[in-house]
Amino acid sequence: MPILEVTGLGISFGGLRAVDDLNMTIEKGSLVGLIGPNGAGKTTVFNMLTGVYRPTDGGIRLDGENLIGKKPDEISAAGIARTFQNIRLFSKMTVLDNVKVGLHNHIKYPLFGSLFHAGSYAKKEKEMDEKALEILKVFDLDSNSDLKAANLPYGKQRKLEIARALATAPKLLLLDEPAAGMNPNETAELMETIQLVREKFGVTILLIEHDMKLVSGICEYIYVLNFGRELAQGTPKEVLNNQEVITAYLGE
Amino acid sequence: MKRKLISKKNIISVAIIAVLYILIQVLINGGYLSRQMMSVIIPLCYNVIMAVSLSLIVGVLGELSLGHAAFMSIGAYSSALFTTKFELPEFIALPLALIIGGLCAAALGFIIGIPVLRLKGDYLAIVTLGFGEIIKSIFNFLPITGGSKGLSGIPIYTSYRNFGLVFLITAVIVLLIKNLLDSRHGRVFAAIRDNSIAAQATGIPVGTYKTMAFVIAAFFAGIAGVLYAHNVGILKPGNFDYNMSIEILVMVVLGGMGSIGGSIIAAVILTLLPELLRSFADYRMLLYAIVLIALMLFNNSSLKKKLIEKRQMSRQEKSEKEGE
Repeated sequence: MPILEVTGLGISFGGLRAVDDLNMTIEKGSLVGLIGPNGAGKTTVFNMLTGVYRPTDGGIRLDGENLIGKKPDEISAAGIARTFQNIRLFSKMTVLDNVKVGLHNHIKYPLFGSLFHAGSYAKKEKEMDEKALEILKVFDLDSNSDLKAANLPYGKQRKLEIARALATAPKLLLLDEPAAGMNPNETAELMETIQLVREKFGVTILLIEHDMKLVSGICEYIYVLNFGRELAQGTPKEVLNNQEVITAYLGE
Repeated sequence: MKRKLISKKNIISVAIIAVLYILIQVLINGGYLSRQMMSVIIPLCYNVIMAVSLSLIVGVLGELSLGHAAFMSIGAYSSALFTTKFELPEFIALPLALIIGGLCAAALGFIIGIPVLRLKGDYLAIVTLGFGEIIKSIFNFLPITGGSKGLSGIPIYTSYRNFGLVFLITAVIVLLIKNLLDSRHGRVFAAIRDNSIAAQATGIPVGTYKTMAFVIAAFFAGIAGVLYAHNVGILKPGNFDYNMSIEILVMVVLGGMGSIGGSIIAAVILTLLPELLRSFADYRMLLYAIVLIALMLFNNSSLKKKLIEKRQMSRQEKSEKEGE
């Protein structure tokens, strides 16, 4: 059963058709790649899936639920979490608190508890701490939990962003160039972590990557975008041998 | 383990508050304070409330508001109208006045929350500035508030004789805001400040929480207004102009954005400073400005950064030792 169904998705910015007639079906539990040259519209697709942009036409369904017209926070509640190409952390807050913001809608107590530190405050905060540390542990970040997010090294900041996204208990996780700016060792490690995340959290993953080799290493299925349109789709092997894809990436 | 530490912190703040209270009470009762200093004790309290509540908007939520005095004026006028019209005994009138002042200000905070949802940064600052001036003009215009002549004959409930109560109210508000910062709601305010796009993508309805912060800050500013009105006994719209909003903003900035302790210290310094400089007569405002600039420079200097680093290092060493 598909978790995400995208049908005829398109968006225009003035006269520019950034994405046109995109169709995607993503199966539950799969790890799918979205690739394409610079400016192909990959991040625009993510922004439409997460409600940052409202598509001009087409439909998006998550687990059968229509997402068109929903705001980003409502889409997060529906079950899509994302990371950003240019890392967006709560940089002045601690690593632990970053993840706890992700838990905000899952472990709750009323404003009264916040003001008076009374009622279920202590119990729920403890629950949040434990849950957040459990998630951080997966990313080997639990020993840095008291550090300010901005003071983490780059690679760990990327991981923290994924940890925060997972705290919202998503059905679908969108990763926007998770390996950008990483060296080959870090990238290899990250790819392992992503696979681990899928198994441990039972989450479906759609990831944007620039590097085709990388994507083909872990993704089961790949969509290739070029100039806002689908150029090809298939297994990594099929896509890598596709003449059009090769031309788009390397030129004639 | 972490929770325990926080309760320890709370005990320390309560202890500091108690010591401060006893100290000031001894000073008052022992007759050590000049009349001039006596008159500044209550303003100290309501300025602390103003600074701490604005700190919630500017420092924690990260939105620049230049109209905080307006919330104070709403609290002041609404409560003063209530106490002058109904003439209830003090022990009923004052608590009711505090609630009415707070709620009226909070209602206005909700209204100002509407543009807050749409505007950011400089634009919002200008809207709040305009909002403050509008409120001032309305009070100037309405017959019921006495127009520019002002509203007089307000019963004096919060003179220095009632210092204990005013101090208690101030301390409770400071603790509530401190508590709020260390909670799921406070975390969300800070998350919005750090990155509102990421906050929204993390499932936070940013607009709701921004409004919430404004309403809470306005409520406390309204209470400060009640204390003000029943301390001075006469209200004039001109008292709540943008100068006052800026003065409170200066306290927050000087205190180090978002630091509650810093805001309190800055509020105390900036309230006392004009009084302490009184003997310089004509040069008073000049000196005030110079001290202000010097304090701001110090606040941003490498000297202060070094001091903070040193403190953090010694703290770290301490916690490492405790861990062993």
